[in-house]
Amino acid sequence: MLTTQNTQQQDSLSPAIDLRKINKSFGPVHANKDVDLIVAKGSIHGIIGENGAGKSTLMSILYGFYEADSGEILVNGKLASITSSKDAIRAGIGMVHQHFMLIENFTVLENVMLGAELSSSLKESKISARAELARLSEEFGLAVDPDAITGDLAVGLQQRVEILKALYRGAEILILDEPTGVLTPQEVKQLFDILNALRARGVSVMLITHKLQEILAITDEVTVMRGGTMVASRETSKTTKQELAELMVGRKVLLEVDKSVAQPKEVLLEADNLTIKDSAGITRLDAVSLKVHAGEILGIAGVSGNGQAELLDVLSGIIPVQEGNIHLNGTTINAKNVLNAKDFRHLSLGHVAEDRHKQGMVTDFSARECAIMGFQDEPEFNGRILMDNKAVTDHCVSLMEEFDVRPANPHLKAANFSGGNQQKLCMAREIERQPKVLLVGQPTRGVDIGAIEFIHQQIVALRDAGNAVLVVSVELEEVMSLCDRIIVMFEGRIVGEMAASDADAQKLGLLMGNAGSDDQASTQGASS
Amino acid sequence: MSNKTLPTWVDVGVLPLINVCLAFIVSGFVILLIGESPLEAVKYIVTGAFGYDEGIGYTLFYTTNFIFTGLAVSIAFHAGLFNIGGEGQAYIGGLGVGLMCLSLDSFMPWWALLPFAIAAGGAFGAAWAFIPAYLQAYRGSHVVITTIMFNFIASALMVYLLVNVLIEPGSMAPQSRSIMEAATLPSMQNLFAAIGIDIANSPLNVSIFLAMICCVLVWLLLWHTRLGYAIRMIGFNENAAVYSGINTRRIIVITMCISGAISALVGINEVMGAQERILLDFVAGAGFTGIAVALMGRNHPVGIVIASLLFGALKQGGAELSFENPDIPNNIVVVIEGLVILFCGALTLMTKPSMEKLFLKFYAKKENANV
Amino acid sequence: MSEFILILLSTLDSTIRVSTPLILCAMAGLFSERSGIVDIGLEGKMLGGAFAAAAVASITGSAWIGLSAAIGVSVCMALLHGFACITHKGNQVVSGLAINILASGLTVTLGIAWFHQGGQTPLLSGDARFYSIDLPGALAVADVPVIGAIYSQLISGHNALVYLAFFTVPVTWWIVYQTRFGLRLRAVGENPQAVDTAGISVFWLRYRAVICAGILCGIAGAYLSTGQNAAFIREMSAGKGYIALAALIFGKWRPKAALLACLLFGFLEALTVRLEGVDLPLIGQVPTQLMQALPYILTVVLLAGFIGKAVAPKAIGVPYIKER
Repeated sequence: MLTTQNTQQQDSLSPAIDLRKINKSFGPVHANKDVDLIVAKGSIHGIIGENGAGKSTLMSILYGFYEADSGEILVNGKLASITSSKDAIRAGIGMVHQHFMLIENFTVLENVMLGAELSSSLKESKISARAELARLSEEFGLAVDPDAITGDLAVGLQQRVEILKALYRGAEILILDEPTGVLTPQEVKQLFDILNALRARGVSVMLITHKLQEILAITDEVTVMRGGTMVASRETSKTTKQELAELMVGRKVLLEVDKSVAQPKEVLLEADNLTIKDSAGITRLDAVSLKVHAGEILGIAGVSGNGQAELLDVLSGIIPVQEGNIHLNGTTINAKNVLNAKDFRHLSLGHVAEDRHKQGMVTDFSARECAIMGFQDEPEFNGRILMDNKAVTDHCVSLMEEFDVRPANPHLKAANFSGGNQQKLCMAREIERQPKVLLVGQPTRGVDIGAIEFIHQQIVALRDAGNAVLVVSVELEEVMSLCDRIIVMFEGRIVGEMAASDADAQKLGLLMGNAGSDDQASTQGASS
Repeated sequence: MSNKTLPTWVDVGVLPLINVCLAFIVSGFVILLIGESPLEAVKYIVTGAFGYDEGIGYTLFYTTNFIFTGLAVSIAFHAGLFNIGGEGQAYIGGLGVGLMCLSLDSFMPWWALLPFAIAAGGAFGAAWAFIPAYLQAYRGSHVVITTIMFNFIASALMVYLLVNVLIEPGSMAPQSRSIMEAATLPSMQNLFAAIGIDIANSPLNVSIFLAMICCVLVWLLLWHTRLGYAIRMIGFNENAAVYSGINTRRIIVITMCISGAISALVGINEVMGAQERILLDFVAGAGFTGIAVALMGRNHPVGIVIASLLFGALKQGGAELSFENPDIPNNIVVVIEGLVILFCGALTLMTKPSMEKLFLKFYAKKENANV
Repeated sequence: MSEFILILLSTLDSTIRVSTPLILCAMAGLFSERSGIVDIGLEGKMLGGAFAAAAVASITGSAWIGLSAAIGVSVCMALLHGFACITHKGNQVVSGLAINILASGLTVTLGIAWFHQGGQTPLLSGDARFYSIDLPGALAVADVPVIGAIYSQLISGHNALVYLAFFTVPVTWWIVYQTRFGLRLRAVGENPQAVDTAGISVFWLRYRAVICAGILCGIAGAYLSTGQNAAFIREMSAGKGYIALAALIFGKWRPKAALLACLLFGFLEALTVRLEGVDLPLIGQVPTQLMQALPYILTVVLLAGFIGKAVAPKAIGVPYIKER
């Protein structure tokens, strides 16, 4: 990895970016609370934080995608009104989005000049853009074939096009949102070389990431965000990854989960070398093997987007197995024996989806209809031709009673329940049949405090009844207090495993940022 | 994003009403534009559609067609599919009905023939919807474009068959021979006569009962069967359907076939009921009106019946209007239809936010008052 | 043999006439759909344009004023489509359908109210129509074998709008592939978010695209009622807008390929007329209806992915919503 360079030449100048008391709410969610941020000219400034810490919102405000509810933005010491991307570009801000903003069937040259064409004739624009592109490539060491079709390029090169796009527009401040998520280690090294070259030429870089290693490798200063606020700013050379990990995760009020010591028994669910590629051919799940025993809760920790969603989907039959095997209650599922989500349920698997609104429920359905999702074909809900709607309603009522869902109205539209009550209903649906194996994604996302404890109790109760539970959560606190054993995922791989009793926020935080350096080698592969 | 949504009665009652009213207001301006009085037009339309028993007969006859096509469009809508092919499916379905009637009419009376005719029509209509459905589900070609194409293909096919194959020997008109009297559906006039009530003659026949049965069946299907559950789930949230273990491709094909089969029942009303033969263009735009009906009726059988009645009345009343006042052609009804599709379909999102704001303000006031 | 050439020439000649509205509409659709807005309203805009052209030409006596009126009406309808689909994020198919039905109803309603001829407009003559133009030297070279005949019969002797239609294809190609607007147009149909982050207004870009579509559909309409025919006749667009849409898809949303598809479909139509009642060796009579349905059948086969693959602009049909 690269060594940190501290080039500080900006003392007397006004900062490149000065954000003052930025506030932004989405409905009840306060995504940015009184955020202050100063980015010095010609520096690389890291912004680190967990999912939902408010990093992306802040950058979207800076790039004119959202408008702040209140607060001031100063660019190079001058007050800037940024209400659209156009304003941001004009102020000299460029952004490389996490999902590239490229037209795949355009050439590199066309992508770079789009929106910044010099003349209404493409031919003329292309001539000048080609010259400028060549100059930029030369100056910053960003070689890329201007006539290549962008969609055919490797991801690292596409990112380079994005950077060129920003530079072509004269950006002096470059925001990179999770730039390394899709890169190979070699590409990351190249990217860092580029960033160093940019800094050397006076460009200010804002690097948003959750990877501690990167922060330490490249940045001059680092700001930590948590829960929508800025919690700390440090000079990179004067901090450690331990400190950053702690700041990032925070010392939240420990949620005590009342549970006895686990009594793991036989393996009920086993993943054996599961690999999943998405439609674009990117590996989302990379030879993942794990075992879940009866009577234990296995937790998967990790920053979201590191393969957890795909793991849940493949283990529940939502996406078919491509490579590897799943052994579930004595049945083997693989590319030759494809089963759907309903078949998985028949093998006594319950699945509380990570995202209720996308998968786990239909917000336009009534509660009673949501209460039978996945079980719609069960004989108890069906007569010979018609559905037994009374049985469905009764079922919903009993679920609501058992799990204290309020308001206990089975006919109410699912969208009109609070997040906690929606989650309780989903949970009730999946737990009610006492599945041998239960998969739970983000058990308490968007759930009010009151319901959290209840949901945790239900999960523990299922374990104590001798069933296997797999919990995926981005909340470290939750993973540590609820689970018996913890696996950490990073970029589709398992990068660490430990007993919950051995885990602390710092250890996990390091693994999640793939900075587990010393013990990383020993845990990799040994994931049983 | 606010957690509060509009109360159901506003969403399904007031909003569509506002949209329909907007459509009518604009229609009124069109009538003003051609120098006529909108109020007078309304008077003629209402009396023409409901003022006397023959008018009512025609109104209900058209209503029957629109119920079939409206139900067909709506069932596809519930699965998130836009079936523009109702016109062609009804046309080909009518062919099925007609062929069955023509081959069996000398052997059995209408009540024995009816199930066969429904089956044949349904099968033809479903088959015509199957190809676009299959292409959508398994080959990714969009159902909107393919069903449009299939409307034209159906039209060409029917002309060919009527001109070259089905034409009555010795006749010049491109239509089949008449179905034998006993095999055609009894008209409402005859039915009423049987119980001693005398009403004027109109093409209204027993098909309207079939339409009512269909409404109930579609309602049962959508809200009381597993299939309906799956259809609606796919329409709302395809991911959730996969999560629930539903084979979405299969359901998409089945839904389109059901939609095509229901469209085909227009053939029962027209071919077996009113025209008593297969003839050119008997669907006469009912397939497209079905889209307006479904949009206005919010894809619910009750709403569809109401919307169908409205469009039936407009069609009959419009004809009456242009008869009374030749300066207002009955095409004004087509204008209204277009405006209803525009306001209830394409511009629904225009009125909703302002209504939402209005109601949230109202509720906020109320809550403040309570505090 | 010379008789065969004559038949061929006259078939090709009518191909050109029949293809003209298809070409104009296909280019119109190209602008709209390349920007990501589905346009099944080609038919309606053309019909509205046809009525406006004939109505205004009959009153003013000028075909050119009629043409402007056609363009004006068609652009208004395009703006309505934009208002529903771009501003209010409505369903683009529903909106297009509404426009088609509205046009079908309004033209007849207004026609009857204003002209009292059962929905037709008065027969146009004189300057109120576009007449065929003899290109220079057409008469002189008419007797030169083959080339002369091709020039004088096939290329010469069409009205101004025919030449305009063929001229729009290279212009469309030039705009789409050689100008800044074209680059942005293609970009917004593929990835509107990328266009937005590049500092370009997605709304305004798409509005301009639908306006272009409106202009071209208006010309197509004027051709129908003041060029090819001498009056507006109810439903005179007769599905041509849909055939143009099919040709656009068949041409994979590219100007040159779409032109070829229009000519192919036009040729099929011309051939249909030519082959009516003619016994072909081996095959016998080809049903005219089969010929009429062929464009649609071919398009479905193409869409099914059996001959090549028609890849639509990626963002087509999806309203652009910035904040989620």
